[in-house]
Amino acid sequence: MGVKQVVKGNFATAVAAKLARVDVVPAYPITPSTLFPEQISQYIANGEMDAELLLTESEHSAMSAAIGASAAGARVATATASQGLKLMSEMLFIASGMRLPIVAAIGNRALSAPINIWCDHSDTMAERDSGWMQFYAENNQAALDLMLMAFKIAEDHRVLLPAMVGLDAFVLTHTMEGVDVPLQEEVDEFLPQYKPLYTLDVKNPMTFGSFGTPAHYMEFKYQQWEAMNNARKVIDEVFKEFEEKFGRKYEQVSEYRTDDADIIFITMGSVSGTARAAVDRLREKGIKVGAAKIVVFRPFPHERIREIAKKAKVLAILDRAVSFGMSGPVFADISGSLINEEKRPMLLDFIIGLGGRDITFRDFDEMTEISMKTLEAGKVEEPVHWINLRKELLEGGA
Amino acid sequence: MEKITIGAVITTPGSSLNYKTGSWRTMKPVLTPENCIFCNMCWQFCPDSAIEPADPREKKPIRIDYDYCKGCGICVQECLANKNPNLKDALEMVPEEK
Repeated sequence: MGVKQVVKGNFATAVAAKLARVDVVPAYPITPSTLFPEQISQYIANGEMDAELLLTESEHSAMSAAIGASAAGARVATATASQGLKLMSEMLFIASGMRLPIVAAIGNRALSAPINIWCDHSDTMAERDSGWMQFYAENNQAALDLMLMAFKIAEDHRVLLPAMVGLDAFVLTHTMEGVDVPLQEEVDEFLPQYKPLYTLDVKNPMTFGSFGTPAHYMEFKYQQWEAMNNARKVIDEVFKEFEEKFGRKYEQVSEYRTDDADIIFITMGSVSGTARAAVDRLREKGIKVGAAKIVVFRPFPHERIREIAKKAKVLAILDRAVSFGMSGPVFADISGSLINEEKRPMLLDFIIGLGGRDITFRDFDEMTEISMKTLEAGKVEEPVHWINLRKELLEGGA
Repeated sequence: MEKITIGAVITTPGSSLNYKTGSWRTMKPVLTPENCIFCNMCWQFCPDSAIEPADPREKKPIRIDYDYCKGCGICVQECLANKNPNLKDALEMVPEEK
């Protein structure tokens, strides 16, 4: 058993990096992830961690250094958020294309403009096609656990893909919570040393980051596609092994009171707890609602989503990001996942909690009302709704 | 058929030698050996390392490796014999012929 500590989310991911015996941490600090490199720096200064902290001149360089270190066979972790992730974006695709199992903790934060440091999922959602696996933490314990598991999944030779663990800005990154910090010997047993397939080595020179002409490029992309598909199985294996070892259960999608539910809320991240409390509250009023939390967004959990969709008449999807001119990204992916199903529920998209706007019971009441009206009407008039939108601030608004 | 590796890693060093970029050429530099003054400016400027340097002690002129010369013409531009009005041109660009 580990040690109970009351810690912030950024500490949880940093301690996970320490427990994972990470060799190199290239980082450029950015709100709300700054505490991660700070904590790593403290560990190294205290002699608690034997790692190289590379403080680069930008996030682009941080990810470049991560790629180099990982290619040299190091276990690499970094942390960033928002604009920092955007500046890394070019290198993210190179990390995944070179099949380097780098793990990054992302303090999910809104994107400029206007500049905003609070929580939403726009930053990681915009990188959903980067070839990185994506995990979303509901609380600080999950941030720690998912970070540890991310290394094991990413480094599996059936996968060899980088992974990002999203933790909501401030709601998790800066909020103190009781967390069970595993013991080093337990983690050592769970997570053996990284064994790279190829390494940069002067004694055995190889070319990394080579050219891919039209004759070969597609096959490399297909390998990445297959690796993502393999990851589904590896994730289940690692989640199971983690549960056996540490007693905490993780699922790609976890359900709450969904069995006889007419309406199922689909959430990601810290709002999932609010969703379960809202479900209890609405159930007391006799409304048949349930909730499902997506923990793994890439690879997308098609099978689980299809199972859950079978149970409901309405899927009420919460999107903390928006694809302008389309819908929220989670809604779009779930829609795609269900399109060939013979029977499928009606899908509603709720754009909510952008730029750190709190998501409250009142919002769940509003979403329930829209869902119930849709249920009564038996058809979707308007799929995308903006929740708790302050119409009085808009020109021509009430 | 050789299989591709994970992450496009090339495990054999120096394999770019197998790729003869000389086929890209439409014009090629041609040396008049007796006019070479062994200054090696062309060797210094060649972006593809396609020039074997001259040896002034042995009076051995430069040599162009047409397997990798892409025909950019920088050597012709930089040639000191070409630039000096009192010397005969050592390098000139001529069209590739089939």
